[in-house]
Amino acid sequence: MTEITKEMVSEHGLSESEYEQVLNILGRTPNINELGIFSVMWSEHCSYKSSKKWLKTLPTTAPWVICGPGENAGVVDIGGGQAAIFKMESHNHPSYIEPYQGAATGVGGIMRDVFTMGARPIANLNALRFGAPDHPKTRHLVSGVVAGVGGYGNCMGIPTVGGETNFHASYDGNILVNAMTVGLADTNNIFYSAAAGIGNPVVYVGSKTGRDGIHGATMASAEFDDDSEEKRPTVQVGDPFTEKLLLEACLELMSTDAIVAIQDMGAAGLTSSSFEMADKGGVGIQLDLDFVPMREEGMTPYEIMLSESQERMLMILKPGREAEAKAIFEKWELDFAVIGKVTDTGRMVLTMGGDIVADLPVAPLAESAPEYDRPWVATPRPAPIAASDVSAPADLKQTLLDIMGSSFIASRKWIWEQYDHMVMGDTIQRPGGDAAVVRIHGTDKALAITTDCTPRYCYAHPQSGGAQAVAETWRNLTATGATPLAITDCMNFGNPERPEIMGQFVGCIEGMSEACNALDYPVVSGNVSLYNETNGTGIFPTPAIGGIGLLEKSEHMATLAFKDAGDVILLVGETAGDMGQSVYLAVVEGREEGAPPSVDLAAERRNGDFVRDGIQKGLVTACHDISDGGLLVAIAEMVLAGNCGANLDLAPDLPLHSLCFSEDQARYVVTATAENAEKLTKKAAAVNVPLQIIGTTGHNGLNIEGRLSISIDDIRAVYDNWLPELMSAPK
Amino acid sequence: MKAAVIVFPGSNCDRDMKVAIEQSLGSSPAMVWHGDTDLPDTDLIAIPGGFSYGDYLRCGAIAGNSPIMREVVKRAAAGVPVLAVCNGFQIATEIGMLPGALLRNANQKFICKDVNLQVVSKNNRFIGGFEIGQSVRFPVAHHDGNYFADDETLQRLKDEGQIAFKYADQDGMVTEAANINGSCNNIAGIYNKAGNILGLMPHPERLIDAQLGGLDGKIFFDNLINSLS
Repeated sequence: MTEITKEMVSEHGLSESEYEQVLNILGRTPNINELGIFSVMWSEHCSYKSSKKWLKTLPTTAPWVICGPGENAGVVDIGGGQAAIFKMESHNHPSYIEPYQGAATGVGGIMRDVFTMGARPIANLNALRFGAPDHPKTRHLVSGVVAGVGGYGNCMGIPTVGGETNFHASYDGNILVNAMTVGLADTNNIFYSAAAGIGNPVVYVGSKTGRDGIHGATMASAEFDDDSEEKRPTVQVGDPFTEKLLLEACLELMSTDAIVAIQDMGAAGLTSSSFEMADKGGVGIQLDLDFVPMREEGMTPYEIMLSESQERMLMILKPGREAEAKAIFEKWELDFAVIGKVTDTGRMVLTMGGDIVADLPVAPLAESAPEYDRPWVATPRPAPIAASDVSAPADLKQTLLDIMGSSFIASRKWIWEQYDHMVMGDTIQRPGGDAAVVRIHGTDKALAITTDCTPRYCYAHPQSGGAQAVAETWRNLTATGATPLAITDCMNFGNPERPEIMGQFVGCIEGMSEACNALDYPVVSGNVSLYNETNGTGIFPTPAIGGIGLLEKSEHMATLAFKDAGDVILLVGETAGDMGQSVYLAVVEGREEGAPPSVDLAAERRNGDFVRDGIQKGLVTACHDISDGGLLVAIAEMVLAGNCGANLDLAPDLPLHSLCFSEDQARYVVTATAENAEKLTKKAAAVNVPLQIIGTTGHNGLNIEGRLSISIDDIRAVYDNWLPELMSAPK
Repeated sequence: MKAAVIVFPGSNCDRDMKVAIEQSLGSSPAMVWHGDTDLPDTDLIAIPGGFSYGDYLRCGAIAGNSPIMREVVKRAAAGVPVLAVCNGFQIATEIGMLPGALLRNANQKFICKDVNLQVVSKNNRFIGGFEIGQSVRFPVAHHDGNYFADDETLQRLKDEGQIAFKYADQDGMVTEAANINGSCNNIAGIYNKAGNILGLMPHPERLIDAQLGGLDGKIFFDNLINSLS
């Protein structure tokens, strides 16, 4: 047996005190296999040791929540005996090192999290953050990540219906690839991961195990440096065809009652799946590694346990059901192997070649996982920037064009046209709107789904940014007419051992909690990705939020496109006019400064409930939430989507640039017929919702009397061309 | 009238095809597994889109050798109509049911969007719902839809009225700019010589109700089912 040295302990990412604890738990020195298992189980990625204390403070319950955080994905009741199962997860480090495979396996991993619970995936989304557009690696990364996301999702036949993409220098050395999947299951046929039934067979299905991805979880828990390219072998390789077969085979087996528990093999592969199943069930597991289907000869127990080969699942079957299950997996031409059994020892015992190669107590290893209360300092809220502190545009038309053609706002069509967003035949709101909307197959219902986060707000003031991210997803869902149900969060931050980074994390969590509570919009699943730093520089704090909402009647759905000429354009919500952290400030003055917009959650709720009610009552012809870029950008987007112009008449109670471009929250642009606009005005007054008529649709281009006159084609040209031009520019 | 949809490992538009047929036919098509050697009695065979066998080797190459395809080829030769969409079109060219080949898109990227198509040749069975020269809108979603054939074949397709659809612009004009994937002569779909097999890259089954953004696909299927009933 290999002697365990100090160097080996540190190479495995365990601190001295953590190793002390290992020795205490075992009462002896671990062997190399056991050290490897401790290393991944106690990695930041698997143990949430820095974040756990704060994650516990998030609201996670509501009458419609069937299963909150802790399982493979969150489960929400959508009525009619059906549930939506969803989660978002990061695959940041692998995607930076090997963008195609990193992104592809991120998508594959999150889909497995969802179908392992018995749900057929019905939609994928992704939240992507790249470095500055002109950074030398950005185009390579964009093109690889987009191809990887598409390559996996397209082959699986699950539509990629939405998401978001940001560009900012803070991601130059550490991009973010966050993938979200939403699935649909019957509430009486949801599968969990707790192992049970002493003597029950432990079954391995899916792809064979190879040497890929060993130590992926440990890599994901460390900072990058200039030698990170050398970590390429730790990136897994995906095979969406196998996953498609695995999906169909699992769902086929799940339609029987043969499965006791099931868990996908994601980060830390066989180790984490077997330990989690045993720990949740309060049982032991004995595995004979000789039976693990292997792709290569001569694999060691260490490699088998730590491999992150993709498209694999571990399950506990009811006794005597092996043959039936095996027949299903053989039909789908997948490996099926009984590799062990559930025991009453409370220990994980691994054998290979007749020898015991690891013997570890399950509960102490899982429950004694370190949990840190890391020191943190709050980021103070910066001073606001008033409209008077910012120069007015010399030429409003040129300013609008600059913003519409900026990296912040320009169309992401170049990305989503590479994703099959229509397969499964239920996408009724395609990418490019506030939220994607997918029908619940065979019913009148539909799910609205969105992802959002404004990292520059989070950086300026984490608490406001965290609340804003949650509120914006809630608003996006509302703008389609959906009732928001719950969120998944993907928390991407820098090194938590630095107090200012930990402070960003704490601040974002606090803001998110406030918003979730105020909006009855709990967190049901999530993922934390820390150490997103390169050479000591952290990314912007990025708590990406994925939200889902329910439309009881899909025909009530609203879209942002202006519909008919002559509709009245209404602004819902109050405009304070501060310019801090606005796109205007960044694009026109090159300044990323000031306080982000404040988030008034009572106003969010009141205004949103008003808008949703108007949509559901059929009073609204188009709706769009106001976010990045402000009011004029929102209207320009509605003009482009509907290919229908607008004439605006903005009350001059604020400077024009502030009215047009401030990013005040809790606001929407809606359109209605003249008759319904009157009804909406009365209703708004009755419930104290600020509402004003700001124009009419259907004119030749976008006009503000005396100040702006611009053709739709001119806006479209800059909006549509920015990303294709970036991606096709000569190197 | 009866219909059958062939399902390969990796097919993923099989359900969409089933839904489209059901909507126009009022009853469900038979879903036939690739490993079967028996094809039920049927008046229409649909080979749906997807990534049969993961597109390994070449798109459609392995599916072309699956047991059920021998039966499909036999039935097609006996005159049973075959609708081969996207990956189905790739499979049909791989086994020679249709001439030519589908190469990687000229821009090397997967393309998913609605496209306009010009209806080119008369074939009432498949396109009786449309006028010749008319512009229709179907979505595409493919990485390998770049139709290629040698000059002689292209000339024959033209002369024999075997070109079904061409990629067109928003005004219905067949232009270079409208050729999304680099196909020879903008070809988006073709018939075999006998006119009972239609292979096309665009997906008519994806625009079959107004909520999905259009009805041209419904018109297509309504006509197909009517003409075969």
